[in-house]
Amino acid sequence: MKRLISLVVAILVAVAGLALWSAHLQKSQGATGDNTLNLYNWGDYIDPALITKFEKQTGYHVNYETFDSNEAMYTKIKQGGTDYDLTVPSEYMIEKMKKANMLIPLDKSKLTGLKNMSPDVMDRSFDPGNRYSIPYFWGTLGIIYNDKFVHAGEIQHWNDLWKPQYHDNIMLVDSARDILGFSLVSLGKSMNTTDAPTLQAAKGKLDELAPNVKAVVADEIKMYMAENEAAIAVDWSGEAADMMAENAHLHYVVPSEGSNLWFDNLVIPKTAKHFKAIYAFLNFMMTPKNAAQNAEYVGYSTPNQAALKLLPKAVQNDQQFYPSEAIIRRSEVYQDLDPAVVGMYNDLFLEFKMYRK
Amino acid sequence: MKKNGTSMAFYVPYGLWLALFVIAPVILIIYQSFFDINGHLTLANYQTYFSSGTYILMTFNSVWYAFLITVVTLLISYPTAYLLHYTKHKQLWLLLIILPTWINLLLKAYAFIGIFSQNGGINTFLGMLGIAPKQFLFTDFSFIFVASYIEIPFMILPIFNGIEELNESFVNASRDLGAKWWQTFTKVIWPLTISGVKSGVQAVFIPSLSLFMLTRLIGGNRVITLGTAIEEHFLVTMNWGMGSTIGVVLIVAMVIIMFLTGERKKRGRRA
Repeated sequence: MKRLISLVVAILVAVAGLALWSAHLQKSQGATGDNTLNLYNWGDYIDPALITKFEKQTGYHVNYETFDSNEAMYTKIKQGGTDYDLTVPSEYMIEKMKKANMLIPLDKSKLTGLKNMSPDVMDRSFDPGNRYSIPYFWGTLGIIYNDKFVHAGEIQHWNDLWKPQYHDNIMLVDSARDILGFSLVSLGKSMNTTDAPTLQAAKGKLDELAPNVKAVVADEIKMYMAENEAAIAVDWSGEAADMMAENAHLHYVVPSEGSNLWFDNLVIPKTAKHFKAIYAFLNFMMTPKNAAQNAEYVGYSTPNQAALKLLPKAVQNDQQFYPSEAIIRRSEVYQDLDPAVVGMYNDLFLEFKMYRK
Repeated sequence: MKKNGTSMAFYVPYGLWLALFVIAPVILIIYQSFFDINGHLTLANYQTYFSSGTYILMTFNSVWYAFLITVVTLLISYPTAYLLHYTKHKQLWLLLIILPTWINLLLKAYAFIGIFSQNGGINTFLGMLGIAPKQFLFTDFSFIFVASYIEIPFMILPIFNGIEELNESFVNASRDLGAKWWQTFTKVIWPLTISGVKSGVQAVFIPSLSLFMLTRLIGGNRVITLGTAIEEHFLVTMNWGMGSTIGVVLIVAMVIIMFLTGERKKRGRRA
């Protein structure tokens, strides 16, 4: 018992010592109150070298905190007690935060570099005129296939997933909106459908896909695809880029009939305090050179036209991650749906997951 | 008087703990369960729960899988605990059994992904025997296997303690009186260790009811339990009322299990 107590005390002393030391380090870097920027972002969603560069250039200290879902971020900011200066919600969440009065409009006069943005990603339905948000990254929902098991060109459309030859060989990402969404597109319906009978039909069509579905998983899908566990997966383009970096046999297809177009945009939540640092950071990130460096690190599609021109030709012309105008035009952006409809999507998705072949 | 006062003081931390971390959360969950998604006071969540085939089926699934996991762990644990009682170096063996519980559940799940996957250990071995790779991950088998593996120490320990307390002379007496091995077991050993089995069943069945990470990682969401639904209601649909309602149902189910497996005091006779 005595030894146990002394061990615990030793650990506590060590932790306290380290905490003091780290506080001292932060202070010596000039991290005192007003000189900081509290960035609330997805995990591993910025090149750390850029944060260091920004701190050196401007003298602000960046506190980087991460979240793993839009909903978790929303709940945390809504419940208060935080002082985040910038966060990166997806499009439907921007709509939701706008409705909940949680965002501060951008002061355009302080922004330089908005002209670098591609017109395709600006002024979208979720934030008309970009009053509240600046595009950070964008992408699509699509199909990843492994050319060891599937010939190139065999999968072009959502309906190809239903082919019996892919029995027990497809992995789906665990997201109600996206999975019911592609089922809706395959029926020629909108991904923002809200009426029950159409959703029911989409779920019915998904049940027919069940024999082909090997698993419905989340982040692990990257690991499984990289290790050839399944031939096909339905996932977001950003995740696809990660998998493809690990396994050269993987390819990404955005079905030509259209898909979901998603955006992660920088916004200023109501909890923000350090406005000088915020605008310095926004302008820093919109600089083509920095945006290009970030895109290279993260691997997602950059909304910054000028930055895209700085990336290698192979990236610029990559149809997988920068699909043609035609596909973009046919794709849909998610709208923020009524909570009751969101509930309906999720209940149907649960029913689909429980459906046994 | 003074003695009484100090002994009351010892109850303060316990009472505070109970109030803050057991009673208050339960009350909060029950309270939340009466609100719908728009914040109106209502019984609609319960109505939805008991009128929807989905939730009823999910409840059935949860109970069924928890039952299977409990049976599998019991079948493995009882003989293990029994043999453990008669081995030398008991404490060492016991330590080895407890050792895996020191490792985080998620790490263990990820380790099993490596073992069961297409290029994993088992399939490589089967490949050497000339058997084509088999699908292990995302099957009922793998889910129950991994869940049982994780729960086994919690079953072995109480049974082991029960057997340790067993007075050896009862066993010898029954043998002397001509009981067969099987009779000794059913008439003497089993009844005298049943309380250990009961607490083992409680310790395994109750957590198994609400397993949720494993259902996705190992079960590939082909196994859906109430835990999955609660996670979804809190994290995705933000319908905390419905999530809490499922939570209340789970709590009630657990109370029933506790009641069924708990020690019932016999009336008129004091222990």
